[in-house]
Amino acid sequence: MERVNRFFQSRWGIILVGLCIGALASTLQKLGNPKNMGICVACFERDIAGSLGLHRAAPVQYIRPEIIGFVFGAMIAALIFGEYRARAGSAPVIRFMLGFFAMVGALVFLGCPWRALLRLAGGDGNAILALVGLACGVGIGVLFIKRGYNLGRSQKGSPVAGAVLPLIMLGLLLLLIVKPVLSTGAPFFSTEGPGSQHANYLVALGIAVVIGFIAQRTRFCTMGAIRDVILMRDFHLMSGVVALLAGAFIMNLIYGQAHWGFAGQPVAHTNQLLNFGGMLLAGLSFALAGGCPGRQLFLSGEGDGDAAVFVLGMIVGAAFAHNFGTAGTPYPNNPANWGWGPAAVLVGLVFCVVIGLTMRSTATAKA
Amino acid sequence: MERIDCRGLSCPLPVVETRKHLERLSSGGKLEVLVDTGTARDNVSRLAAREGCDVEVRETEDEEFILTITKK
Repeated sequence: MERVNRFFQSRWGIILVGLCIGALASTLQKLGNPKNMGICVACFERDIAGSLGLHRAAPVQYIRPEIIGFVFGAMIAALIFGEYRARAGSAPVIRFMLGFFAMVGALVFLGCPWRALLRLAGGDGNAILALVGLACGVGIGVLFIKRGYNLGRSQKGSPVAGAVLPLIMLGLLLLLIVKPVLSTGAPFFSTEGPGSQHANYLVALGIAVVIGFIAQRTRFCTMGAIRDVILMRDFHLMSGVVALLAGAFIMNLIYGQAHWGFAGQPVAHTNQLLNFGGMLLAGLSFALAGGCPGRQLFLSGEGDGDAAVFVLGMIVGAAFAHNFGTAGTPYPNNPANWGWGPAAVLVGLVFCVVIGLTMRSTATAKA
Repeated sequence: MERIDCRGLSCPLPVVETRKHLERLSSGGKLEVLVDTGTARDNVSRLAAREGCDVEVRETEDEEFILTITKK
Protein backbone atom coordinates (compact mmCIF):
# COMPACT_ATOMS: atom_id res chain seq x y z
CA MET A 1 0.00 0.00 0.00
CA GLU A 2 2.82 2.36 0.96
CA ARG A 3 4.53 1.81 -2.41
CA VAL A 4 1.30 2.54 -4.28
CA ASN A 5 0.88 5.68 -2.24
CA ARG A 6 4.43 6.81 -2.95
CA PHE A 7 3.92 6.28 -6.67
CA PHE A 8 0.72 8.37 -6.71
CA GLN A 9 2.55 11.16 -4.87
CA SER A 10 5.47 11.11 -7.31
CA ARG A 11 5.94 13.29 -10.39
CA TRP A 12 5.50 10.26 -12.65
CA GLY A 13 2.38 9.30 -10.73
CA ILE A 14 0.60 12.56 -11.42
CA ILE A 15 1.79 12.63 -15.04
CA LEU A 16 0.41 9.13 -15.63
CA VAL A 17 -2.86 10.06 -13.94
CA GLY A 18 -3.13 13.21 -16.07
CA LEU A 19 -2.53 11.20 -19.23
CA CYS A 20 -5.18 8.66 -18.17
CA ILE A 21 -7.77 11.33 -17.37
CA GLY A 22 -7.17 13.07 -20.72
CA ALA A 23 -7.33 9.81 -22.66
CA LEU A 24 -10.46 8.63 -20.83
CA ALA A 25 -12.19 11.97 -21.35
CA SER A 26 -11.48 11.82 -25.06
CA THR A 27 -12.74 8.24 -25.10
CA LEU A 28 -15.99 9.30 -23.43
CA GLN A 29 -16.51 11.68 -26.36
CA LYS A 30 -15.92 8.79 -28.73
CA LEU A 31 -18.47 6.76 -26.77
CA GLY A 32 -21.19 9.38 -27.04
CA ASN A 33 -20.54 12.35 -24.75
CA PRO A 34 -20.81 15.77 -26.45
CA LYS A 35 -17.87 16.96 -28.51
CA ASN A 36 -15.00 18.45 -26.51
CA MET A 37 -17.04 17.58 -23.42
CA GLY A 38 -15.83 14.13 -22.43
CA ILE A 39 -15.74 15.50 -18.92
CA CYS A 40 -16.97 18.92 -17.87
CA VAL A 41 -17.79 19.24 -14.21
CA ALA A 42 -19.65 22.52 -14.71
CA CYS A 43 -21.64 21.30 -17.74
CA PHE A 44 -22.46 17.98 -16.12
CA GLU A 45 -23.63 19.54 -12.86
CA ARG A 46 -25.69 21.91 -14.99
CA ASP A 47 -27.23 18.89 -16.73
CA ILE A 48 -28.05 17.36 -13.34
CA ALA A 49 -29.69 20.65 -12.27
CA GLY A 50 -31.75 20.48 -15.46
CA SER A 51 -32.73 16.87 -14.94
CA LEU A 52 -34.00 17.72 -11.46
CA GLY A 53 -36.03 20.55 -12.95
CA LEU A 54 -34.08 23.31 -11.23
CA HIS A 55 -33.87 24.88 -14.67
CA ARG A 56 -35.92 24.08 -17.77
CA ALA A 57 -33.38 24.46 -20.58
CA ALA A 58 -34.52 21.36 -22.48
CA PRO A 59 -31.23 20.60 -24.32
CA VAL A 60 -29.17 20.31 -21.11
CA GLN A 61 -30.98 17.87 -18.84
CA TYR A 62 -29.40 14.56 -17.88
CA ILE A 63 -28.19 12.89 -14.70
CA ARG A 64 -24.53 12.64 -15.58
CA PRO A 65 -22.99 9.51 -14.06
CA GLU A 66 -19.53 11.06 -14.36
CA ILE A 67 -20.28 13.43 -11.45
CA ILE A 68 -21.60 10.54 -9.36
CA GLY A 69 -18.58 8.39 -10.25
CA PHE A 70 -16.09 11.10 -9.31
CA VAL A 71 -17.53 11.26 -5.79
CA PHE A 72 -17.79 7.48 -5.45
CA GLY A 73 -14.26 6.88 -6.78
CA ALA A 74 -12.76 9.42 -4.41
CA MET A 75 -14.74 7.97 -1.50
CA ILE A 76 -13.55 4.43 -2.27
CA ALA A 77 -9.93 5.64 -2.45
CA ALA A 78 -10.28 7.61 0.78
CA LEU A 79 -11.78 4.61 2.60
CA ILE A 80 -9.16 2.15 1.31
CA PHE A 81 -6.25 4.43 2.17
CA GLY A 82 -7.68 5.53 5.52
CA GLU A 83 -8.19 9.15 4.47
CA TYR A 84 -11.93 9.46 4.93
CA ARG A 85 -12.38 12.35 7.38
CA ALA A 86 -15.78 13.92 7.96
CA ARG A 87 -15.22 17.65 8.38
CA ALA A 88 -17.13 20.88 7.77
CA GLY A 89 -17.85 24.32 9.15
CA SER A 90 -15.46 26.61 7.30
CA ALA A 91 -17.62 29.53 6.12
CA PRO A 92 -20.29 27.37 4.44
CA VAL A 93 -22.45 30.19 3.05
CA ILE A 94 -19.44 31.87 1.48
CA ARG A 95 -18.35 28.57 -0.05
CA PHE A 96 -21.87 28.08 -1.39
CA MET A 97 -21.75 31.48 -3.10
CA LEU A 98 -18.24 30.86 -4.42
CA GLY A 99 -19.60 27.68 -6.00
CA PHE A 100 -22.57 29.64 -7.33
CA PHE A 101 -20.41 32.29 -8.99
CA ALA A 102 -17.83 29.76 -10.18
CA MET A 103 -20.64 28.11 -12.11
CA VAL A 104 -22.01 31.42 -13.41
CA GLY A 105 -18.54 32.29 -14.73
CA ALA A 106 -17.89 28.83 -16.15
CA LEU A 107 -21.21 28.82 -18.01
CA VAL A 108 -20.50 32.22 -19.59
CA PHE A 109 -17.47 30.53 -21.16
CA LEU A 110 -19.35 27.20 -21.48
CA GLY A 111 -17.03 24.93 -19.57
CA CYS A 112 -15.02 24.38 -16.42
CA PRO A 113 -11.18 24.24 -16.40
CA TRP A 114 -11.36 20.55 -17.32
CA ARG A 115 -13.44 21.32 -20.39
CA ALA A 116 -11.25 24.31 -21.27
CA LEU A 117 -8.35 21.85 -21.52
CA LEU A 118 -10.45 19.35 -23.47
CA ARG A 119 -11.68 22.09 -25.82
CA LEU A 120 -8.09 23.11 -26.47
CA ALA A 121 -7.12 19.46 -27.00
CA GLY A 122 -9.94 19.24 -29.53
CA GLY A 123 -8.66 22.25 -31.46
CA ASP A 124 -11.06 24.91 -30.08
CA GLY A 125 -8.99 28.11 -30.06
CA ASN A 126 -11.61 29.89 -27.96
CA ALA A 127 -10.28 27.97 -24.97
CA ILE A 128 -6.98 29.87 -25.12
CA LEU A 129 -8.26 33.16 -23.73
CA ALA A 130 -10.47 31.25 -21.32
CA LEU A 131 -7.39 29.55 -19.89
CA VAL A 132 -5.65 32.94 -19.71
CA GLY A 133 -8.69 34.24 -17.83
CA LEU A 134 -8.57 31.23 -15.52
CA ALA A 135 -4.89 31.85 -14.77
CA CYS A 136 -5.55 35.55 -14.11
CA GLY A 137 -8.43 34.70 -11.77
CA VAL A 138 -6.26 32.22 -9.88
CA GLY A 139 -3.48 34.84 -9.83
CA ILE A 140 -5.78 37.34 -8.13
CA GLY A 141 -6.74 34.63 -5.67
CA VAL A 142 -3.05 34.06 -4.92
CA LEU A 143 -2.66 37.78 -4.13
CA PHE A 144 -5.43 37.45 -1.54
CA ILE A 145 -3.86 34.28 -0.11
CA LYS A 146 -0.54 36.14 0.24
CA ARG A 147 -2.35 38.92 2.11
CA GLY A 148 -3.70 36.39 4.61
CA TYR A 149 -7.02 35.35 3.06
CA ASN A 150 -8.52 32.51 5.06
CA LEU A 151 -12.05 31.09 5.31
CA GLY A 152 -11.34 29.68 8.75
CA ARG A 153 -10.95 26.18 10.10
CA SER A 154 -13.25 23.26 9.51
CA GLN A 155 -14.27 21.04 12.41
CA LYS A 156 -14.34 17.27 12.64
CA GLY A 157 -17.78 15.73 12.31
CA SER A 158 -19.60 12.45 12.43
CA PRO A 159 -18.71 10.08 9.57
CA VAL A 160 -22.34 10.27 8.43
CA ALA A 161 -22.08 14.06 8.05
CA GLY A 162 -19.27 13.55 5.55
CA ALA A 163 -21.33 11.05 3.59
CA VAL A 164 -24.22 13.39 2.78
CA LEU A 165 -23.06 14.33 -0.73
CA PRO A 166 -22.14 10.72 -1.61
CA LEU A 167 -25.65 9.74 -0.44
CA ILE A 168 -27.16 12.46 -2.63
CA MET A 169 -25.13 11.00 -5.50
CA LEU A 170 -26.51 7.55 -4.70
CA GLY A 171 -30.01 8.99 -4.92
CA LEU A 172 -29.19 10.57 -8.30
CA LEU A 173 -27.84 7.23 -9.53
CA LEU A 174 -31.09 5.52 -8.51
CA LEU A 175 -33.07 8.20 -10.39
CA LEU A 176 -30.90 7.56 -13.45
CA ILE A 177 -31.35 3.80 -13.28
CA VAL A 178 -35.06 3.71 -12.37
CA LYS A 179 -36.10 6.78 -14.42
CA PRO A 180 -39.40 7.11 -12.55
CA VAL A 181 -42.32 8.54 -14.51
CA LEU A 182 -43.86 11.38 -12.52
CA SER A 183 -46.81 13.51 -13.56
CA THR A 184 -44.59 16.59 -13.26
CA GLY A 185 -42.23 15.20 -15.92
CA ALA A 186 -39.26 15.03 -13.53
CA PRO A 187 -36.63 13.79 -13.77
CA PHE A 188 -36.14 15.45 -17.14
CA PHE A 189 -33.95 13.91 -19.84
CA SER A 190 -33.02 15.84 -22.97
CA THR A 191 -34.13 14.34 -26.27
CA GLU A 192 -31.92 16.67 -28.30
CA GLY A 193 -28.87 18.85 -27.70
CA PRO A 194 -25.85 18.14 -25.49
CA GLY A 195 -27.96 16.60 -22.73
CA SER A 196 -29.12 13.86 -25.08
CA GLN A 197 -25.55 12.94 -26.01
CA HIS A 198 -23.97 10.55 -23.59
CA ALA A 199 -21.97 7.37 -23.31
CA ASN A 200 -23.58 4.24 -21.87
CA TYR A 201 -24.19 5.17 -18.25
CA LEU A 202 -22.49 2.12 -16.77
CA VAL A 203 -19.36 2.69 -18.87
CA ALA A 204 -19.35 6.40 -17.97
CA LEU A 205 -19.86 5.57 -14.29
CA GLY A 206 -17.03 3.03 -14.35
CA ILE A 207 -14.61 5.43 -16.03
CA ALA A 208 -15.55 8.19 -13.60
CA VAL A 209 -15.01 5.93 -10.58
CA VAL A 210 -11.51 5.16 -11.87
CA ILE A 211 -10.81 8.87 -12.40
CA GLY A 212 -12.22 9.74 -8.98
CA PHE A 213 -9.99 7.11 -7.39
CA ILE A 214 -6.73 8.14 -9.04
CA ALA A 215 -7.49 11.85 -8.74
CA GLN A 216 -8.11 11.50 -5.01
CA ARG A 217 -4.80 9.71 -4.56
CA THR A 218 -2.82 12.32 -6.52
CA ARG A 219 -4.82 15.39 -5.27
CA PHE A 220 -5.34 16.26 -8.94
CA CYS A 221 -6.56 19.87 -9.24
CA THR A 222 -6.58 22.08 -12.32
CA MET A 223 -6.83 25.30 -10.30
CA GLY A 224 -4.24 24.13 -7.77
CA ALA A 225 -1.84 23.48 -10.65
CA ILE A 226 -1.89 27.15 -11.66
CA ARG A 227 -1.96 28.40 -8.06
CA ASP A 228 1.06 26.33 -7.01
CA VAL A 229 3.10 27.60 -9.96
CA ILE A 230 2.28 31.24 -9.16
CA LEU A 231 2.50 30.90 -5.38
CA MET A 232 5.44 28.57 -4.95
CA ARG A 233 6.95 27.81 -8.36
CA ASP A 234 5.81 24.24 -7.71
CA PHE A 235 5.09 22.43 -10.99
CA HIS A 236 3.95 19.12 -9.50
CA LEU A 237 0.19 19.49 -10.18
CA MET A 238 0.87 21.41 -13.39
CA SER A 239 2.71 18.42 -14.83
CA GLY A 240 -0.49 16.40 -14.36
CA VAL A 241 -2.61 19.08 -16.03
CA VAL A 242 -0.24 19.28 -19.01
CA ALA A 243 -0.36 15.48 -19.20
CA LEU A 244 -4.19 15.64 -19.27
CA LEU A 245 -3.99 18.02 -22.21
CA ALA A 246 -1.49 15.76 -23.96
CA GLY A 247 -3.50 12.59 -23.27
CA ALA A 248 -6.70 14.11 -24.65
CA PHE A 249 -4.86 15.61 -27.63
CA ILE A 250 -3.23 12.31 -28.61
CA MET A 251 -6.49 10.37 -28.29
CA ASN A 252 -8.38 13.06 -30.22
CA LEU A 253 -5.87 12.63 -33.05
CA ILE A 254 -6.30 8.86 -32.95
CA TYR A 255 -10.11 9.14 -32.88
CA GLY A 256 -10.14 11.90 -35.50
CA GLN A 257 -11.89 14.25 -33.05
CA ALA A 258 -9.62 17.31 -33.37
CA HIS A 259 -10.92 20.22 -35.45
CA TRP A 260 -8.84 23.38 -35.40
CA GLY A 261 -10.28 26.86 -35.39
CA PHE A 262 -12.43 29.38 -33.57
CA ALA A 263 -15.76 29.50 -35.42
CA GLY A 264 -18.24 26.65 -35.41
CA GLN A 265 -16.75 24.83 -32.44
CA PRO A 266 -19.14 22.55 -30.52
CA VAL A 267 -20.99 24.09 -27.57
CA ALA A 268 -18.86 27.23 -27.74
CA HIS A 269 -18.95 30.89 -28.75
CA THR A 270 -16.32 33.24 -30.13
CA ASN A 271 -16.73 36.25 -27.85
CA GLN A 272 -13.22 36.27 -26.41
CA LEU A 273 -13.94 39.02 -23.88
CA LEU A 274 -16.60 36.84 -22.30
CA ASN A 275 -14.51 33.68 -22.61
CA PHE A 276 -11.82 35.53 -20.67
CA GLY A 277 -14.18 37.22 -18.21
CA GLY A 278 -16.21 34.11 -17.44
CA MET A 279 -13.16 32.07 -16.58
CA LEU A 280 -11.59 34.99 -14.71
CA LEU A 281 -14.53 34.80 -12.32
CA ALA A 282 -14.45 31.00 -12.22
CA GLY A 283 -10.69 30.94 -11.56
CA LEU A 284 -10.96 33.46 -8.74
CA SER A 285 -13.87 31.57 -7.17
CA PHE A 286 -12.03 28.25 -7.34
CA ALA A 287 -8.88 29.82 -5.88
CA LEU A 288 -10.81 31.35 -2.97
CA ALA A 289 -12.55 28.00 -2.33
CA GLY A 290 -9.30 26.03 -2.51
CA GLY A 291 -10.00 23.71 -5.43
CA CYS A 292 -11.25 23.30 -8.99
CA PRO A 293 -14.73 21.82 -9.52
CA GLY A 294 -13.33 18.32 -9.95
CA ARG A 295 -11.27 18.64 -6.78
CA GLN A 296 -14.36 19.82 -4.87
CA LEU A 297 -16.11 16.57 -5.89
CA PHE A 298 -13.11 14.48 -4.83
CA LEU A 299 -12.92 16.29 -1.49
CA SER A 300 -16.65 15.71 -1.02
CA GLY A 301 -16.00 12.00 -1.45
CA GLU A 302 -13.35 12.20 1.29
CA GLY A 303 -15.96 13.55 3.71
CA ASP A 304 -15.33 17.28 3.26
CA GLY A 305 -18.70 18.91 3.88
CA ASP A 306 -17.39 22.36 2.92
CA ALA A 307 -16.50 21.07 -0.54
CA ALA A 308 -19.96 19.49 -0.71
CA VAL A 309 -21.53 22.89 0.00
CA PHE A 310 -19.46 24.35 -2.85
CA VAL A 311 -20.78 21.61 -5.17
CA LEU A 312 -24.37 22.38 -4.17
CA GLY A 313 -23.66 26.07 -4.79
CA MET A 314 -22.47 25.17 -8.29
CA ILE A 315 -25.66 23.21 -9.01
CA VAL A 316 -27.84 26.10 -7.85
CA GLY A 317 -25.62 28.50 -9.82
CA ALA A 318 -26.28 26.44 -12.94
CA ALA A 319 -30.02 26.69 -12.38
CA PHE A 320 -29.71 30.45 -11.96
CA ALA A 321 -27.53 30.77 -15.06
CA HIS A 322 -30.14 29.13 -17.28
CA ASN A 323 -33.23 30.58 -15.60
CA PHE A 324 -31.82 34.11 -15.83
CA GLY A 325 -30.15 33.73 -19.20
CA THR A 326 -26.58 34.35 -18.09
CA ALA A 327 -25.14 31.19 -19.67
CA GLY A 328 -23.12 31.54 -22.85
CA THR A 329 -24.82 31.75 -26.20
CA PRO A 330 -23.46 32.60 -29.65
CA TYR A 331 -23.01 36.20 -28.47
CA PRO A 332 -23.74 38.78 -31.12
CA ASN A 333 -21.11 41.46 -31.72
CA ASN A 334 -23.26 44.22 -30.30
CA PRO A 335 -22.67 44.39 -26.52
CA ALA A 336 -26.21 45.68 -26.11
CA ASN A 337 -27.39 42.17 -26.96
CA TRP A 338 -25.10 40.24 -24.63
CA GLY A 339 -27.84 39.64 -22.06
CA TRP A 340 -27.21 39.24 -18.36
CA GLY A 341 -24.00 37.16 -18.58
CA PRO A 342 -21.53 40.07 -18.33
CA ALA A 343 -23.53 41.69 -15.51
CA ALA A 344 -23.56 38.42 -13.57
CA VAL A 345 -19.79 38.10 -14.05
CA LEU A 346 -19.25 41.63 -12.74
CA VAL A 347 -21.42 40.99 -9.69
CA GLY A 348 -19.52 37.77 -9.08
CA LEU A 349 -16.16 39.51 -9.36
CA VAL A 350 -17.26 42.19 -6.87
CA PHE A 351 -18.42 39.45 -4.48
CA CYS A 352 -15.14 37.56 -4.78
CA VAL A 353 -12.99 40.67 -4.31
CA VAL A 354 -14.95 41.68 -1.20
CA ILE A 355 -14.58 38.14 0.20
CA GLY A 356 -10.89 38.07 -0.73
CA LEU A 357 -10.24 41.37 1.03
CA THR A 358 -12.33 40.79 4.13
CA MET A 359 -11.99 37.10 5.01
CA ARG A 360 -8.84 37.02 7.06
CA SER A 361 -7.98 35.41 10.34
CA THR A 362 -4.94 34.21 12.19
CA ALA A 363 -4.34 31.08 10.19
CA THR A 364 -2.32 29.09 12.64
CA ALA A 365 -2.07 28.87 16.35
CA LYS A 366 0.98 27.71 18.18
CA ALA A 367 0.26 24.11 19.03
CA MET B 1 11.09 23.76 18.75
CA GLU B 2 8.47 25.90 17.08
CA ARG B 3 5.05 24.28 16.57
CA ILE B 4 2.18 25.33 14.34
CA ASP B 5 -1.35 24.00 14.21
CA CYS B 6 -2.70 23.75 10.67
CA ARG B 7 -5.60 21.44 11.46
CA GLY B 8 -8.84 22.30 9.70
CA LEU B 9 -7.18 24.66 7.24
CA SER B 10 -7.99 24.06 3.61
CA CYS B 11 -5.49 23.93 0.78
CA PRO B 12 -3.05 25.71 0.35
CA LEU B 13 -2.93 27.33 3.79
CA PRO B 14 -0.98 24.58 5.60
CA VAL B 15 1.75 24.91 2.96
CA VAL B 16 1.69 28.72 3.03
CA GLU B 17 1.95 28.81 6.81
CA THR B 18 4.69 26.18 6.90
CA ARG B 19 6.73 28.05 4.31
CA LYS B 20 6.36 31.30 6.24
CA HIS B 21 7.72 29.64 9.39
CA LEU B 22 10.46 27.75 7.51
CA GLU B 23 11.80 31.02 6.12
CA ARG B 24 12.33 32.27 9.68
CA LEU B 25 13.99 29.04 10.81
CA SER B 26 17.77 28.96 11.10
CA SER B 27 19.90 26.08 9.88
CA GLY B 28 19.52 23.02 12.10
CA GLY B 29 16.27 24.38 13.52
CA LYS B 30 13.16 22.24 13.84
CA LEU B 31 9.53 23.01 13.07
CA GLU B 32 6.62 20.82 14.09
CA VAL B 33 3.48 21.07 11.94
CA LEU B 34 0.19 19.54 13.03
CA VAL B 35 -2.23 18.66 10.18
CA ASP B 36 -5.35 16.53 9.96
CA THR B 37 -5.65 15.42 6.32
CA GLY B 38 -3.55 13.28 4.02
CA THR B 39 -3.50 16.09 1.48
CA ALA B 40 -1.99 18.57 3.94
CA ARG B 41 0.50 15.91 5.11
CA ASP B 42 1.65 15.22 1.54
CA ASN B 43 1.72 18.87 0.45
CA VAL B 44 3.68 20.04 3.49
CA SER B 45 6.07 17.09 3.12
CA ARG B 46 6.65 17.95 -0.53
CA LEU B 47 7.30 21.60 0.32
CA ALA B 48 9.79 20.66 3.00
CA ALA B 49 11.60 18.22 0.71
CA ARG B 50 11.75 20.86 -2.02
CA GLU B 51 13.24 23.32 0.47
CA GLY B 52 15.93 20.75 1.23
CA CYS B 53 14.64 19.91 4.71
CA ASP B 54 14.34 16.53 6.40
CA VAL B 55 10.77 15.49 7.22
CA GLU B 56 9.55 12.93 9.71
CA VAL B 57 5.85 12.09 9.73
CA ARG B 58 4.07 10.59 12.71
CA GLU B 59 0.37 9.69 12.84
CA THR B 60 -1.37 10.28 16.14
CA GLU B 61 -4.11 8.21 17.75
CA ASP B 62 -6.60 10.90 16.65
CA GLU B 63 -5.75 10.20 12.99
CA GLU B 64 -3.83 13.46 12.76
CA PHE B 65 -0.29 13.92 11.58
CA ILE B 66 2.70 15.55 13.22
CA LEU B 67 5.39 16.55 10.74
CA THR B 68 8.80 17.28 12.22
CA ILE B 69 10.78 19.35 9.75
CA THR B 70 14.50 19.91 10.22
CA LYS B 71 16.15 22.69 8.25
CA LYS B 72 19.58 21.73 6.91
